[in-house]
Amino acid sequence: MPHRDAAYNLARWILRGRAQAEDVTQEAFLRAYRSFGGFQSGNARAWLLQIVRNCCFTWLQQNHVAEEMTEFDELTMPPKTENPESLAMASYDRERLQRALEDLPAHFREILVLRELEGCSYKEIAAITTRPIGTVMSALARARQQLRFLLTEPVPKGAGRDL
Amino acid sequence: MTCELTQTRLHAYFDGEMDAIGAAEFERHLEACPDCEMRLAAEEKLRAALSGAQLYERAPESLRKKLQISLPKAAVPPPVSRSRAESWRWLAIAATVVLATLLGWQYLRSLNRFSQQQAMAALIVDAHLRSLQPGHLEDVISTDQHTVKPWFDGKIDFAPPVRDFANNGFPLMGGRLDVIDGRTAAALVYGRRKHIVNVFVAKTQPGDSLNGSGELQGYHWVAWQQNGFTFTAVSDTASADLDQLKQLSLAP
Repeated sequence: MPHRDAAYNLARWILRGRAQAEDVTQEAFLRAYRSFGGFQSGNARAWLLQIVRNCCFTWLQQNHVAEEMTEFDELTMPPKTENPESLAMASYDRERLQRALEDLPAHFREILVLRELEGCSYKEIAAITTRPIGTVMSALARARQQLRFLLTEPVPKGAGRDL
Repeated sequence: MTCELTQTRLHAYFDGEMDAIGAAEFERHLEACPDCEMRLAAEEKLRAALSGAQLYERAPESLRKKLQISLPKAAVPPPVSRSRAESWRWLAIAATVVLATLLGWQYLRSLNRFSQQQAMAALIVDAHLRSLQPGHLEDVISTDQHTVKPWFDGKIDFAPPVRDFANNGFPLMGGRLDVIDGRTAAALVYGRRKHIVNVFVAKTQPGDSLNGSGELQGYHWVAWQQNGFTFTAVSDTASADLDQLKQLSLAP
């Protein structure tokens, strides 16, 4: 099954859970198989990932993960000027980075995972998220800024998400 | 102070999404802007941290098994019982398939022609960009067509028509040899206000894919044929300028 890892990884980060990711990836693959006629030659990975992310956001909506549905324009922004401390970030362990990434709004998580983990081009990300390239570019800039901001926040006690 | 380029161009540069010219421009800016330099370093650190943490999670074995079981079921159509009426239907389906294949083939051919043209346009724009690198523009620097034309003598196996259009706003600046798609071409360099126009001249060959005009990465190109030569003008100036140059060149 081509792009199985890509599909699962994207779902895992958008949904912030491994069990959900397995279910939704399976659902997405079934949908992709049934609608293969709708696939017009080109980038199969982008086509599949578009179905995966749509399934993910439908899942979030159905499960009333309300704050996840914030659109780009409504997303809260970190302070405009970054302090030298956040720019000169220290090294972070996997757990810290994972928590920061999961604390980002879903649309930021999605775009960062596609770019940094999946290595998609702006064009591919635009196709997958059905947004203009300009929006992708500015969202990516904001996502990175916010991730850095979260990484400099003090760690709350007992934080950490159970998967 | 926050440099206004940090929000937009810095990320395009960092992600390798800039063309060569934009990247070179940004690198020049980077040397003079400590703010951008610091932010670029911060982006690099963040990327290193993300990739170092190995956050990518591959699909577990359980998912692979589930997909193996569920997908073939979804893909196989329900069994059909055949009857006399059904065989007519199959005939109709077969005819549709043949027709669709024919149409598809036609479509692919036109698509192929289109992508060949795109590929050629990309080669032309590349050659133009190459020529703009310092010291690459002209091998013979002269505004005199009677100096430029003989210079090509013996260097290529054809004598390209060389004319100066200074009176019409396209002063001849010089010429050089170039290789495009494995074929030697004479490149004539014209000025147009502050822009540089390259006109590539090569012997027309059957199957030459570039015709008409187009735009690629912000550069315009116009191609035309005359007296067995194919001319391709390319520049960042307006396409109307290139059309004018074409008309001048076609006029006796």
